[in-house]
Amino acid sequence: MAIALIVAFSLGIIAQRNGLIDSIGKYRGDIVFLTQQHIKLVAISGGLAIAVGVPLGLWLSRPGMRRAAETIMQALNLGSTIPTLAVLALAMTFLGIGVVPAIFGLWAASLLPIVRNTYAGMLGVPAHFIEAATGMGMRPLQILSGVELPNALFVMFAGIRTALAVNVGTAPLAFLIGGGGLGELIFTGIDLNEPSMMLAGAIPTALLAVLVDYAVGALAYWVVPRGVNPLR
Amino acid sequence: MIKLENLTKAFETPAGTVVAADRITMEVADGEICVLLGPSGCGKTTTLKMINRLIEPTSGKIFINGKDTDRYDPVELRRTIGYVIQQIGLFPNMTVEENICVVPKLLGWDLAKARTRASELLATINLDPALFLKRYPKELSGGQQQRVGVARALAADPPVLLMDEPFGAIDPINREVIQDEFLKMHHRLRKTVMFVSHDIDEAVKMADKVAIFRAGKLEQFDSPDNILAHPGNSFIADFVGSDRTLKRLRLVRVGDVLQASSLRVSGDEQVEQTVALMNEHGQEFMVIVDPEGRPRGYVDVDIVRDRSGAVGEHCAPLPATVRLDEDLRAAVSTMFMHDIRWLACVDRNGVFVGCVTQRGITRLLGETYRAPDAVPH
Repeated sequence: MAIALIVAFSLGIIAQRNGLIDSIGKYRGDIVFLTQQHIKLVAISGGLAIAVGVPLGLWLSRPGMRRAAETIMQALNLGSTIPTLAVLALAMTFLGIGVVPAIFGLWAASLLPIVRNTYAGMLGVPAHFIEAATGMGMRPLQILSGVELPNALFVMFAGIRTALAVNVGTAPLAFLIGGGGLGELIFTGIDLNEPSMMLAGAIPTALLAVLVDYAVGALAYWVVPRGVNPLR
Repeated sequence: MIKLENLTKAFETPAGTVVAADRITMEVADGEICVLLGPSGCGKTTTLKMINRLIEPTSGKIFINGKDTDRYDPVELRRTIGYVIQQIGLFPNMTVEENICVVPKLLGWDLAKARTRASELLATINLDPALFLKRYPKELSGGQQQRVGVARALAADPPVLLMDEPFGAIDPINREVIQDEFLKMHHRLRKTVMFVSHDIDEAVKMADKVAIFRAGKLEQFDSPDNILAHPGNSFIADFVGSDRTLKRLRLVRVGDVLQASSLRVSGDEQVEQTVALMNEHGQEFMVIVDPEGRPRGYVDVDIVRDRSGAVGEHCAPLPATVRLDEDLRAAVSTMFMHDIRWLACVDRNGVFVGCVTQRGITRLLGETYRAPDAVPH
């Protein structure tokens, strides 16, 4: 930790001496605008992925779905092997350029970890909890909300955390199909061989990824009940 | 009261129909513990789970306190039946208090009442409410968890309790303790209990009635003593074990075999008179008591016959005594340990009340085979 701080400070001093920080500062306006765009992309695509992935995972985990679920999970696994860039290209083919295909591509990329972890988390709830709950006279929905979800929550949050980390990291690619975001600074910086411009995009992206990861982690820490939260 | 009438469950499998429970008919009276006993796959758990409809019967009727349970919604029915399973199934996301309050909440009790109930119950299972109410299951030992499991089943004061191998996963030492605690609680609460077990010793200890299952059929339904003394067929005889008569020792308290004439003398009595008294009663020994009535020792007729003086001078120490409420197994074990044929019994205050002899015990165990109405089938 101390070493990391020293390294960070030294890098900062070197950057200051080179005038790098000042040259990054030129892009302040762009950074603010594009960061907002970036966050919007992540929030919408990530939000939609959670909104679809969690119910899908829950649905696949229902006893009636057990047989079909494995096949569907295999199909999703296969889908996730397609590189995100290819997904974006495909999305552009069908949806044209702009924000919509970008959100679709990011949504598709972050869907799988959420579905998979929701499904795994639900299957991981020991059968005897459900037997005890049923035997005590809880109805299926009460068992879902009172027993199954709280016990699967920790694993589900891990999936959401992974999905959002992937999402933030992949979002710069959205620029390539006209979706905007911090990718604009990164790719243009690369094309113009302008390190300060590139860093003006890359550093906020990295900070955003760390921040989102931290936020989801903190949320999981407080939302998952203490009895089933290995961190508390 | 739980009454089963021709209760049947048939499962359709690719290999054909499997009858897991075949026309089970039995009745458990109010406040009794009935242990369903048998090897794995014999249908005992299926039968138990049909009572709270976790498994729907194929045919047959179940009555609880005279009411046909078919007329109730299964979910509503389950809320009136306590249920304890081997894995305990305490919800790890809830505190002990929340776990106990599950059924009261489902029944719409107000929170304050449910919470009061939870802390009362914890007190009855010997867990300090102040310490345990806010704990999570993972912070309890296995034995404590199982006790909370029982408390949770009793939360809404159901008349009937179903227990599926509730103490099966607990180590032998703790199991004895929890069984004893459960029995004590049972004597106070008097619930009607159905209890699945595969352990004959547990059944003998806990049961008022034992139901022995094999391959979906109820083979014998009787008191533990009758099952042990008169197993209905060779399967049951094998299942209860060749030492089944020894197991019956557990069922009898020392107080039940106490010799009717339990002679005693005080230490200052003369030897001659004591010997005369022993001869008169055909007894080979006599317990000497102190003024408070506590046993001090004994005299043996063969040793003091030709002696004189006070019997206190010839007093031999008693190697051991038993309490009236101990079972015969403990008494016999003590006799074997000290190589003696009789034991002096004392009551709760240590006052001598009589003797139990090996002869008396074997006579009692053999009695059931001599009685004309109890000829083995």
